[in-house]
Amino acid sequence: MSERSRLRLVVLRVLVVSLLVTLFGRLWYLQVIAGDTYARAAQDNQLREIVDPATRGQILDDVGRPLVRNRTAMVVSVDRIALLRQRDRGAVMLARLSPLLGMPLPELRQRVTLCPHAPRPLCWNGSPYQPIPVTDRAGTAAALAILERREQFPGVTAELTAVRDFPKPAGANAAHLLGYLSPVTDAELAARKAGKGQVLLRTDLVGRAGLEAEYDAALRGVPGVRRVAVDSVGAVTRELGDRPPVPGDHLVTSLDGGVQRVVEDALVHAVERAHSLGDRDGTPLRGTAAAGVVLDVRTGRVVALASYPTYDPAVWVGGISVKHYRALTAQDAGIPLLSRAVQGEFAPASTFKVISTAAAVQAGYPLDGVYACPGSYSVGSRLFRNFDSQPLGPVTLHTALVKSCDTVFYRFAYEMWLHDGGTSPGPAPADPMVTMAKAWGLGRKTGIDLPSESSGRIADRAWKKRYWAAMKKSVCADATREPPGSYARQVAVEFCSDGWRFRAGDAANFAIGQGDTLVTPLQLATAYAALANGGTVWSPRIGKAVLSPNGRVVERIEPRVRGRLPVPPPVLAYIREALAGVPVSGTAAGAFAGFPLDRLPVAGKTGTGQVLGKQDTSWFVSFAPANAPQFAVVVMVAEGGQGARVAAPAVREIYEGMYGLAGRPAALPGGQPPTGLPVVRNNVVVPASSPPTSAGDGRRSG
Amino acid sequence: MTEWPRALVAPRAARRGPVSRVLARASALRHLDWVLLGAVLALAGVGSVLVWSATREELERAGDDPTALFKRQLLNLAIGMLLGSVAALVDHRQLRIYAPLVYVASCLGLVAVLTPLGATINGSHSWIVLGGGFQVQPSEFAKVALVVGMALLLGKQRQRDASPGHVDVLAVLALAALPMALIVLQPDLGTAMVFVFTIFGTLAISGAPSRWLVGLVLAGVVAAGAVWHLGLLEDYQVKRFTAFANPAADIRGAGYNSTQARIAVGSGGVVGKGLFQGSQTNGDFVPAQQTDFIFTVAGEELGFVGAGSILLLLGVVLLRGLRIATRADDLFGALVASAVVCWLAFQTFQNIGMTLGIMPVTGLPLPFVSYGGSSMFANLVAVGLLQNVHLRSMRA
Repeated sequence: MSERSRLRLVVLRVLVVSLLVTLFGRLWYLQVIAGDTYARAAQDNQLREIVDPATRGQILDDVGRPLVRNRTAMVVSVDRIALLRQRDRGAVMLARLSPLLGMPLPELRQRVTLCPHAPRPLCWNGSPYQPIPVTDRAGTAAALAILERREQFPGVTAELTAVRDFPKPAGANAAHLLGYLSPVTDAELAARKAGKGQVLLRTDLVGRAGLEAEYDAALRGVPGVRRVAVDSVGAVTRELGDRPPVPGDHLVTSLDGGVQRVVEDALVHAVERAHSLGDRDGTPLRGTAAAGVVLDVRTGRVVALASYPTYDPAVWVGGISVKHYRALTAQDAGIPLLSRAVQGEFAPASTFKVISTAAAVQAGYPLDGVYACPGSYSVGSRLFRNFDSQPLGPVTLHTALVKSCDTVFYRFAYEMWLHDGGTSPGPAPADPMVTMAKAWGLGRKTGIDLPSESSGRIADRAWKKRYWAAMKKSVCADATREPPGSYARQVAVEFCSDGWRFRAGDAANFAIGQGDTLVTPLQLATAYAALANGGTVWSPRIGKAVLSPNGRVVERIEPRVRGRLPVPPPVLAYIREALAGVPVSGTAAGAFAGFPLDRLPVAGKTGTGQVLGKQDTSWFVSFAPANAPQFAVVVMVAEGGQGARVAAPAVREIYEGMYGLAGRPAALPGGQPPTGLPVVRNNVVVPASSPPTSAGDGRRSG
Repeated sequence: MTEWPRALVAPRAARRGPVSRVLARASALRHLDWVLLGAVLALAGVGSVLVWSATREELERAGDDPTALFKRQLLNLAIGMLLGSVAALVDHRQLRIYAPLVYVASCLGLVAVLTPLGATINGSHSWIVLGGGFQVQPSEFAKVALVVGMALLLGKQRQRDASPGHVDVLAVLALAALPMALIVLQPDLGTAMVFVFTIFGTLAISGAPSRWLVGLVLAGVVAAGAVWHLGLLEDYQVKRFTAFANPAADIRGAGYNSTQARIAVGSGGVVGKGLFQGSQTNGDFVPAQQTDFIFTVAGEELGFVGAGSILLLLGVVLLRGLRIATRADDLFGALVASAVVCWLAFQTFQNIGMTLGIMPVTGLPLPFVSYGGSSMFANLVAVGLLQNVHLRSMRA
């Protein structure tokens, strides 16, 4: 062998040794230095957490009848990851699954597609790593087919799962109150991880509306976690630990299934009645929407809260279909998803006069004074007509309320407006009516335990300025575009320069609840409840208590006092007495003809709200018994015409149903809401009305 | 097959009595490189147990005998030992006759792989299925043919200290070109790289002109650049290289093997989790674990102590091979031995390097340890060749 070869052999030896040393070094690093890190990685590799969902708590009515509970449904889920692993991305498998589930293939495909790659609401908005439930209506045959032919349906599971069920006690629907659930979104998961609220899991459903959203944390419970060791294909090799799920708590509400049903029916009847009646000019009333509220004036608790049109809350279970979602949000169907009772804003019309009366008395007009009620009244240069009534001559405030005379209140408003300085007010005008309206809780949210409440609007000086600032640009442009001398141009020019002013006409309209002031039916109910209970303005509550699955009272939910009316008790008593005359001899006398007012004296006020471009809003706002008020009942029918003809009969129907008058069974026997809580024992609800079976033991020992 | 019993008998003992002949045979045995043989047998034995550990769970799940592959590997070892013995004891003149036959046979085999006779196993299209559960990988035997062929071409008797000339180098390149081309067509990048390293190493040891060596390196660099830029690599090969550069890029895809392999090895720690106790191994997290990723089983279950011992044993084999090359009594023997060392050294480094995440993932078995018939046969024949050279130098 040549010297060169020998030399090169030495080089080869050095090379081989250095390669071996390299491997040794790397091995040392991986196993000795970084060994712990990799040991942890190996642990994570083989550990999986399997989430055992917690049973969500029930929502109960005042006597313990479930409004929402759970039922087991056969839920078929598709694992998206497993689909993507298939060569054709699962196309063949989905085509096989579609007829089995009786679901059109395009719909099935959209359901297993992540948002926003498929149209809402079918697309999957939950976690991409979570098996996607495609239906909870799979039959046993379909489930068996899937389970028996696993190899034909890779990534598809069929299992019994708890889903929400709506038993509709006494026929009460309450869709707007109860709300619905939908899968947690990635954004929510991130927010919860960042420390806001309970930590959520990818599998979780979250309350999206109504009580389900408001009391989500209480109802949810804590999911169980099973820790298992798995191999690389996810097959479980052994169990390492088990934390069982903690079921969610039950929510007891003050809603009464029977009363809720009565209110819901009364709204349907009221709308039907409106359809059979004509407008002032004879066109049939459209009666597009309605709302009804029943409040316990003494406690501020909600007994019933209904909105028309309504829908079946079960459409949300297992993911809503396109058809249903369109129906819920369709303009021509009246957007059934909206709760008119807490989200609808309407002009209060004459129902506002109780507030105007209180304001006038506070401003110095004698309670026992006599005031002229002419057919029209000049406010500055404009003539304001008496809409609701004929000229009555000189009247007391009592009569002005009973007959709903507008001109009396125009005068109060105009004189107060002049007193505040008229067109050139001082730096701090008193605005007694605006101040009084705010004190009665209008213009801000009542704070009820429901999400998405509307705040209404008080069209005061500040609002006018804001509105003018927002609108002036486009209106001033109109002022130059309209033909010179036209009425439109005149109005535009006036608004452009003076639109920010709170003028005499604004004050007059404000006094009779017309113009730009808006209220929700719930706001009016709380205002009248305050009038009825002697001045307490409640922040109403639907939730009454949170009970644990074994019956412990976790939390008592009390309505909050939001304020007190700045009105002396004699004035409130005077107004109450006047309203008690409305169904007897006033504007609602026709509606209450034949009603046993001697057995149940009702006090109330009609209202007919004028809406630009729409038919009148029909109102009747009431409380009863008039001499010892227990409940406030409000009905509003949008495009329902006169309050006396449509809303008042609906309120009458509600009282009849609650108290069992006119041959009807009483939804609230004795006219009293239950005071105690229903008893829950071993997750079974015992109605509040039935005596607890073992409570005696506790009493004896105590 | 009448040749090899005669070859067992060393020439000097040929005309002695029966007792002497037994002693002579014993002398052949006595003169074997026992350190080399011991290291190889230790590696193969440990390898078989590791194969057992890697496959028993899966076989059991499938309802088969959990020791099936372990037994099969022992059979592979036995057959391989037999083939190795032949290679060790055959007269080296006869090697000149057999070498072209092995060369032609393996080239034919490589061609057959490209025809419909070829089969894809574990993502590598380099097999011929013989039926009855047997399959061969011709590229393994091509390595043997290459080693002997190159030694023949470069190790011709020349004047003292004369180095191979241009003609010899060209002849070697021509010899290697055909199997190389066929292997690249499969495509089997790992084996092709073993070829390149072995050819280059053997040329260098043979004393080929430095200009050739430098030129080959430059040509290699240019060719690699061209292959990369012209997109001649298969998609999965590119992915493996990018996954190597950045394993976190695609932890479920191309980087998966590498990541899981490193977790398996790293989690073994100093003393390992114990034989049959590896969670990565039992959980089937590392693909191709009984073949290309067998070292992960050692790393996880036997720890640094066990895996380090395997590395040491491989080091012993390589250094004994180099010792044999240095002591060879002719250039032919020295070249055979150093070619074998180049082959085994590169394959060892590439295989363990990829399990440890310092080399890209390519499909190459770990010599003597990985499961597989063809590679075991080829590796043991290579050891047999080393022993052959060793025995000749002892007799000289």
